[in-house]
Amino acid sequence: MYAFEYLRAGSVAEAGALLAKNPEAKLLAGGQTFIPTLKARLAQPSHVIDIGRIAELRGITVSGATVTIGAMTRHAEVAASAEVRAAIPALAALALEIGDQQVRNRGTLGGSVANNDPAADYPSAVLGLNATVITSRREIAADDYFQGMFSTALEDGEIIKAIRFPCPKRAAYCKFHHPASGYAMAGAFVADTGAGVRVAITGAGASGVFRWKAAETALAKSFSAAALDGLAVDEGTCIADLHAGADYRAHLAGVMTRRAVQKITG
Amino acid sequence: MTKISFTINGKQVSTDVEGRTLLVDLIRDELRLTGTHVGCDTSQCGCCTIELNGDMVKSCAMLAAQADGATITTIEGLAKGDVLHPVQQAFTECHGLQCGFCTPGMIMASVGILKANPNPSDDDIVKGLEGNLCRCTGYVNIIKSVKRAAELMKA
Repeated sequence: MYAFEYLRAGSVAEAGALLAKNPEAKLLAGGQTFIPTLKARLAQPSHVIDIGRIAELRGITVSGATVTIGAMTRHAEVAASAEVRAAIPALAALALEIGDQQVRNRGTLGGSVANNDPAADYPSAVLGLNATVITSRREIAADDYFQGMFSTALEDGEIIKAIRFPCPKRAAYCKFHHPASGYAMAGAFVADTGAGVRVAITGAGASGVFRWKAAETALAKSFSAAALDGLAVDEGTCIADLHAGADYRAHLAGVMTRRAVQKITG
Repeated sequence: MTKISFTINGKQVSTDVEGRTLLVDLIRDELRLTGTHVGCDTSQCGCCTIELNGDMVKSCAMLAAQADGATITTIEGLAKGDVLHPVQQAFTECHGLQCGFCTPGMIMASVGILKANPNPSDDDIVKGLEGNLCRCTGYVNIIKSVKRAAELMKA
C-alpha cells in the first residue's frame, strides 16, 4: 500500500467536510473491496476517511411498503434481519450470497453500491426493485444512478446515506457464482413490483448492471419461465474475460433469469 | 501515525500505527501472535481469520486503525490454559488438518459457524467455510471436525 493518512469521521457532515478539504481523499466503508484495491496499489489516496462507524448510517427501518437500509449496514446484518426477511426475502437471500462469512461481516450496502462493481450483487437488487439512493445531497432513482462499470451518478464529495427499497409483490435473485471468487458471473434479480416487472442483470454487462427490458415486457404479459422462450441477452453488450466469453455470460444471464422466475412461481 | 487501543485475547494493547498498517501485520509482527497466518494476502484463503467484536473477519482486509476500541480473539486466545477449545479438540480428534497452515483460520471460521448455528448440517458447514481454503485435505475431515465440535459443545 502507498502511505496515506487515516481519518475517522463521526458524522456524515464531518465526512463531507473532510472530503471537501482533501480532494485526493477516499471514503472507507467496510473495506472489503477498497482495502484489497489499496494493497494492490490500484489507488493512491492522500487520506482515507473511515465512515464505517457513523451511527446515522446504520440500521434497517421498515415503514409501510418500503425497507430503508443505512449505507453502513453490513451484509450479514441484512441477511440475518427478520424484518428484511419478512418484507423482501429476496433481498436478505441476496445478501447471504455475497462473498463469504467473513466478508459479509465487514462489507456494507453503501460500499457495494458506491463502487458499482459490474459483478457485485447489490446493484441488481437496487435496480431490480426500483430503489432510491439517498445521499448527503439528494435522492437518486436507481434508473438514473448506475452509469456504467464502476460509474455512478454520485458527484465528488457526495455520500450515500441509505437505500430505500419498495417492497415488491414477489421477487427472487439467482446467481451463478464464479467458483473461486464467488462474484456473480451472471446474476438476475427479478421483481414483480405490482406496477410491472423489472429484471436487472449483474455480472454480465460490459456497462455494469442493466435492465433486460425484453424479458420485462414478456414477463409482464405472462409471468412464467416459458414467457422467456426465444429471448436472449445480446452478447454484444456482455463482458468477455479470461473466466468466460460474452456468449457464455449472455447465456448464463438468460438461465439465471429463468431460474429466478421459477423460484418465484414454484 | 494514529493512536489505537484494543483488547486482544483479554489483554489491553495501546500502540501507534501508520494508516496503511494492516491489522494482520500488527497482530503478527508487533504483537508476535503468529498463529494468525497470511496465506494469499488477497482476502480469499481465510488463514488470517480472527474474531472482532464477536464477528469472524479477515484481518488482512482490515486496517489496524479500524480495530481501535475493538475486542479481538485470535487462535491463541481460544484455549483456556491447557484445555483446548472444543473446536480445537475436534480438529485434533478428527484429523481435520494435514500441513496445518490453514488451520487457525479454519478453526476461527468454524467457531463463527457454531456460534450462529449450534447444529449445522454438512451444507451449512460448507457454506460457512466458503471463505477458507485448504490445499491439503479435500475438506472431508474438516467438515467432520466441525460436526464433532458441535457435539462437544453440547456435552
